[in-house]
Amino acid sequence: MSKKEIVKKKYDMPLQDAAERAKSFTEVALGYDMETAVLEAERCLQCKKPFCIEGCPVNVPIPDFIKLILEQDFAQAASIIKEKNSLPAICGRVCPQESQCEKHCILGKKHEPVAIGRLERFVADWEMQNTPELKNPSIPVIDQKVAIIGSGPSGLTCAADLAKLGYKVTVFEALHTPGGVLVYGIPEFRLPKSIVAQEIDKIKELGVEIRVNSVVGQLWTIDELMQEEGFAAVYICTGAGLPYFMDIPGENLNGVYSANEFLTRVNLMKAYQFPKHLTPINVGERVAVIGGGNVAMDSARTALRLGVDNSYIIYRRSEKELPARLEEIEHAIEEGVEFKLLTSPIEILGDEEGRVTAIVCQNYELGEPDVSGRRTPIPIDNSTYTMEVDSVIMAIGQGPNPLIPASTPDLKVNKRGNILTNVAGLTSIPGVFAGGDVVSGAATVILAMGAGKKAAESIDEYLKGLRN
Amino acid sequence: MFKILRKEVLANKINLFDIKAPYIAKKAKPGQFVIVRTDDYGERIPLTIADFDREAGFITIILQEIGRSTYDMGKLEVGDFFLDVVGPLGKPSVIQKYGRAICIGGGVGVAPIYPITRALQAAGNHVISILGANSSATFFGEKMLKAVSDELYITTNDGTYGEKGLVTDVLKRIISNDDIDIVFAIGPLGMMEAVSKVTSLKRIKTVVSLNPIMLDGTGMCGACRVEVGNEKKFACVDGPEFDGHLVDWENAKQRARMFEKQEKVALTQSCNCHSKGEGCNV
Ligand SMILES: Cc1cc2nc3c(=O)[nH]c(=O)nc-3n(C[C@H](O)[C@H](O)[C@H](O)COP(=O)(O)OP(=O)(O)OC[C@H]3O[C@@H](n4cnc5c(N)ncnc54)[C@H](O)[C@@H]3O)c2cc1C
Ligand SMILES: Cc1cc2nc3c(=O)[nH]c(=O)nc-3n(C[C@H](O)[C@H](O)[C@H](O)COP(=O)(O)OP(=O)(O)OC[C@H]3O[C@@H](n4cnc5c(N)ncnc54)[C@H](O)[C@@H]3O)c2cc1C
Ligand code: SF4
Ligand code: SF4
Ligand code: FES
Repeated sequence: MSKKEIVKKKYDMPLQDAAERAKSFTEVALGYDMETAVLEAERCLQCKKPFCIEGCPVNVPIPDFIKLILEQDFAQAASIIKEKNSLPAICGRVCPQESQCEKHCILGKKHEPVAIGRLERFVADWEMQNTPELKNPSIPVIDQKVAIIGSGPSGLTCAADLAKLGYKVTVFEALHTPGGVLVYGIPEFRLPKSIVAQEIDKIKELGVEIRVNSVVGQLWTIDELMQEEGFAAVYICTGAGLPYFMDIPGENLNGVYSANEFLTRVNLMKAYQFPKHLTPINVGERVAVIGGGNVAMDSARTALRLGVDNSYIIYRRSEKELPARLEEIEHAIEEGVEFKLLTSPIEILGDEEGRVTAIVCQNYELGEPDVSGRRTPIPIDNSTYTMEVDSVIMAIGQGPNPLIPASTPDLKVNKRGNILTNVAGLTSIPGVFAGGDVVSGAATVILAMGAGKKAAESIDEYLKGLRN
Repeated sequence: MFKILRKEVLANKINLFDIKAPYIAKKAKPGQFVIVRTDDYGERIPLTIADFDREAGFITIILQEIGRSTYDMGKLEVGDFFLDVVGPLGKPSVIQKYGRAICIGGGVGVAPIYPITRALQAAGNHVISILGANSSATFFGEKMLKAVSDELYITTNDGTYGEKGLVTDVLKRIISNDDIDIVFAIGPLGMMEAVSKVTSLKRIKTVVSLNPIMLDGTGMCGACRVEVGNEKKFACVDGPEFDGHLVDWENAKQRARMFEKQEKVALTQSCNCHSKGEGCNV
């Protein structure tokens, strides 16, 4: 490679104007055009020992696909990304790159790292718009059926990989639309649902059957799927969908939502188009969102788009500890979300009708770091104050849904209800594997996908064993 | 897509549908429910599985038109489809030989009480049914329930059919001179609350089926949370049946009003965007 001047900063991502977009559900980040993508690709040093790959949970061949962008062979770039990552248009948009691939990029030591996520998104979007001829590798048909429970990123990845190997794959999904958090949680303005639908269509083209409206544990037990329905292996990837509440007074008032309820109403049920879509939502003029992760940012920004006057984030640590993606925090601030940091609610107040009127908060300070290295928040005495709000959204975390463990006595779970597996993803029951948020606890899209990949390999090994 | 095989108008604004859903029919048990959606614009509406035929592969739902979504559903006819039907959801009723059981159905609650009554009788209980309605125009279910009960009482508020009065009037009379082992009550919140008050005096175990606002029905959203014995329960997965003596009724009634304003808007809007929108301006 010829020596060249290093461009110190990432090329800017074109964004919709902050004031405009805070009123609209259309996508915020608009994506690189071809020229910018090639310019950004030129920043990559094509390292012999690319640390970036180590930072990616599914080891996307980053320098290789970036080189193909330089050569303007976008179809090939897409193809080699897809060998490792079957949902690149989604990951390019929602991966926390700053703590994964880009964190390890060598350029990032002195300057800004290469914008790997944006390039990945560019390639994936290019492929969707230009749909190059599907190379139709003749897949050998294997006469064994695999059941996948949950159609989030983990299940979709596992399904795609197994289908490519020739297995007959059926995905069971409880809701009426597949995609998991990608459709019911992450909002349209961050991840357009048409992108998710296109990715899912491609997986269906591989021969995967997706059965919506199918709640495993209620309609079939795991045992019935294997004994009666003829599935030789099962992958459980039901996510971390059970919302936590704080157990403070006033949590059952009208106007208190779990983030899951709020986001599901707006995203999956399209309450933002009420009454054309019949599912209602009612948040009033002032919304307080409790929490500091992606879920909280999504809730606060969604509330803005429903037209509230004030959207507050209430978080008990400081800005540095906010667990959300950096980009989401920046976008939230630009759009007008107000941050009440080092603050936690202790009570929600209501009127005689039972509607939320205010939230009582207490100030916090940070103490010593705990085992995880994060500084523990400590309440400050006599620091309570009351804020008038019309609704409260709880975004303080989710646990695994107990439906499947409750109907599967032999399935071992830990104290928090997460399914226990070995390194290969195998649970305490032969032929039954698990992965994604239901095993790890609420994590990220790409980690859930990584677990799905791993499970597909393990299931293939296991089924090969049964065949011989 | 779930095809409507049969429709019957049971009373004013109360419709019965048999819906083809072989997998659900195979698994359904008394006390469980489904969530249905009419079309892409529709809400997810919870409805009790009022009956099921495992061989023929259909389930029966009985619904009362009270708001926009149930009104839309009421207009569906044989041969039409529900876009989505998911279930069976919730825990089944605990059916065993209790001895002497009273089953109370108020209003459209007569529908969900039916499969429970039938199962209790089949399990060898002596079953006394009490059915109540506002008036003869909204009353239904006599023949159905008669076939599975040992005794049957009917009340209407206005006295246009059966005894004039409330189901609790009959209940009080029965428990004052009969030893009852268990009461199942399904109907409007106020009725279930009143029943629970009456039975608590004599400490008769009372099971009620709560019908809070729901969304997913799988324990994912918490919209259906109710306070039972000072604990938060998700009615869709922990219920819908709970011990009536432990339910926080005031909170349940308050939460049912969550979307009152929006429900009115939905009901009165005249829209042409909706697939079956003609005449939705009721
Ligand atoms: C609002 C929000 C924003 C987020 N933002 C980001 C982000 O920006 N970047 C990022 O990397 N991560 C983000 N995450 C986290 C990420 O979405 C999850 O880690 C990931 O989706 C987990 O994938 P999964 O496949 O394990 O489970 P899920 O995506 O939760 O999918 C599980 C699926 O299983 C179904 N299911 C559950 N039980 C049953 C059953 N019994 N039978 C049948 N189906 C069942 C569920 O309906 C669901 O569709 C966010 C999460 C939320 C909630
Ligand atoms: C587990 C369960 C089982 C049910 N089984 C049946 C059944 O078998 N047959 C049947 O007809 N209905 C049943 N319901 C009630 C049914 O789901 C509601 O009637 C329906 O959701 C109302 O929708 P809507 O849009 O027509 O009315 P909305 O516009 O939502 O409501 C109109 C009016 O009814 C009140 N309301 C709203 N939801 C409910 C509710 N869940 N219960 C009582 N009042 C309510 C509102 O406050 C409002 O005043 C059940 C509910 C649950 C949770
Ligand atoms: S999948 Fe995520 S972590 Fe991996 S390279 Fe792409 S954006 Fe980075
Ligand atoms: S570490 Fe950075 S510069 Fe090196 S190959 Fe990876 S992306 Fe390119
Ligand atoms: S309806 Fe969502 S948790 Fe019960």
